[in-house]
Amino acid sequence: MRNFGFSTTKSRTIDYEKIDNRLIRYVLENEPTFNACLSCGSCTAICSAGNLTSFNIRRLSLQIRLGELEHAHEELDKCMLCGKCLLECPRGINTRNVIMLMKKGLYLIESESKEKNDR
Amino acid sequence: MIDNLFILPFTLGMITLFVILFIKYGLWISRLSKIDKLRIVQSLFSRRTLAAISESFMEGLIHRKMFRRHGLLGYMHMSLAFGWFLLIVFGHIEVFVQTGSFSTYPWIPIFFNYFNHDSFPGERIMANVMDFLLLFVLSGVLLAYFKRINSKVFGIKKTTKLKPGDRFAMASLWCIFPLRLFAESATAALYGNGGFLTNTVALCFQWVTPEVETGLWWAYSISLGIFFVCMPFSRYMHILTEILFIFLRHYGIKLKKQFNSYSRIQVYSCSRCGVCIDVCQMHIANISNNQSVYILKNMRDHDLTARKLYNCMLCGRCESACPVGINLNDLRISQRIKASKEYNSDYAFLQTLPCEPVVEDKKPEVIYFAGCMTHMTPGIKKSVVQVLEKAGVNYQFMDKEKGACCGRPLMLAGQYQAAQKLIEFNREKIIESGATTLLVSCPICYKVFRDDYELGQITIKHHSEYFLELVEQGKISLKKSDKSIVYHDPCELGRGCGVYIPPRTLLSKTGTVLSTEQEKVTSLCCSGSLGDLSLSMADRNIIKAETLKVLLKQNPDVLATACPLCKKTFVKGVDIQVKDIAEIIVDAME
Repeated sequence: MRNFGFSTTKSRTIDYEKIDNRLIRYVLENEPTFNACLSCGSCTAICSAGNLTSFNIRRLSLQIRLGELEHAHEELDKCMLCGKCLLECPRGINTRNVIMLMKKGLYLIESESKEKNDR
Repeated sequence: MIDNLFILPFTLGMITLFVILFIKYGLWISRLSKIDKLRIVQSLFSRRTLAAISESFMEGLIHRKMFRRHGLLGYMHMSLAFGWFLLIVFGHIEVFVQTGSFSTYPWIPIFFNYFNHDSFPGERIMANVMDFLLLFVLSGVLLAYFKRINSKVFGIKKTTKLKPGDRFAMASLWCIFPLRLFAESATAALYGNGGFLTNTVALCFQWVTPEVETGLWWAYSISLGIFFVCMPFSRYMHILTEILFIFLRHYGIKLKKQFNSYSRIQVYSCSRCGVCIDVCQMHIANISNNQSVYILKNMRDHDLTARKLYNCMLCGRCESACPVGINLNDLRISQRIKASKEYNSDYAFLQTLPCEPVVEDKKPEVIYFAGCMTHMTPGIKKSVVQVLEKAGVNYQFMDKEKGACCGRPLMLAGQYQAAQKLIEFNREKIIESGATTLLVSCPICYKVFRDDYELGQITIKHHSEYFLELVEQGKISLKKSDKSIVYHDPCELGRGCGVYIPPRTLLSKTGTVLSTEQEKVTSLCCSGSLGDLSLSMADRNIIKAETLKVLLKQNPDVLATACPLCKKTFVKGVDIQVKDIAEIIVDAME
């Protein structure tokens, strides 16, 4: 394409048919209470890790629901699993288990794609 | 010299058993760490061996802890274990009395009555002694039958759900002694060489022929043989492993974070007696497949599922009730470490965290670490600070604005390497402060500081202990009110760190402390535990309601606790005041 000296942004349209739902499916299968999340952000407000870093569980959970796993690993590594969010959640979600399952699910996905690449 | 082929099942069974045991024990001991092996060598000829022998006798044979739990249950276990042991010992003595020598074929003392029909000096006494011991064991066997029908008589509400393999081994064990009685009675009917019991039973055996007699001895020998072969593959492996475990424990070997050979010995020491089942609070929420006995069985068979592994509050009630003394909590955590070791965080951000400079010129005497949970309950944090100010303590608030977690929640979830990163970070800060005392207001932090931080000279104090010291030193004075207080022992503070008395002493200076049905070691969990990852909030509330029922039975004015998480959990379920010790102290301060 000829270069006119400017660029266009890539489309940010989310196609629900095509999103990468591997991680969210894994988490929901093993911790169904996560279905009840209404993204109120209470967990994020009191988060110990959020006090030290830019960690944001609410954003993370929204991203994972949309299949955007790009930064998930890096973000999940900030959580210290202290459990304050568990006490704060108005929906009684096992937030610590959600985090652990995200970590495990991501590890499974990563090692799966690594295997594919190796082949 | 083989007198009769019926000794073969017994002899072959015993040889198989010894070969398997030799291989298993050899592998276990050879796989212990070098330091642990050195520990064994060093303590082999010391008082520790004597202590281990004495404990093996008291627990392995007499079953003292079982007696403490329930008289009849203790008697059942004792009559089977100690009775059988005595039968073997006196069997050999009987041979000695007859021949004047202990050296004989191993099957002679077992089938003595079959091989010896002649009278010898002392024969009557020995026959009666052996009959008495047989009766002793048989009483235990009868109780064991009865326990399967009605376990409530033995103080057990729920017995272990056994797998077919265990049932088969148990059936062979249940057959051994009745068959011995019948075989000896048959012989007594033919040759009149029995004691008071076998001669009496022999009255019903007058019809027997030598063929029937030999048949009964065959049956006895086969049941023994089957039991011996089943032993290493069933729960009865515990009989001999427990003794090895007792010795290793006395030699100072401790359970490590990683599952190793010693952990395996502990797993095999489980007798599946089921004592851990009744004490588990999970039953209240109808969860009855993940009690320690089943988890250990899964660990042994390598079929533990994540769901079962993570669904436990790690309250430690089973561990303190376990008659074998297995480190159930740490074993479970070691499995969690194994399961999640591939995805630990390294907390790289800690390196870039701006460190708050120590402003004070002089070193603080006390460094106060509030922890995440205390920050969730600002009332406790405020009260602790108020007490410290009032007492004029020179302190530094370590995580006033920003602080990392202590690492215990990660430890409970099995994230060992990740927890280590936080521990390193916090340890450096604590040591840098130059304080001599580390004050914590959360038992969860307290546990990890004590177990995993290696802080050297720095003494670690929970605020209930520290405030009691302040009162005793006269730095704060308390006014006693007429309020009645029930104190709830937090799991991590009580069973976890053994702190039961200081909180009660401190509270008794502010009001009347009432005792409850289940307190101290048997205290119930509030259900808020961070040990459980998958317990639903609804189930937690069911368990909490039962705990509150016990705590509030006497209608106290105040429900006191020493853990911010317990407080936070209870507050949402009761009408009466729920207060942390720190808050009560502030109210009572003059």
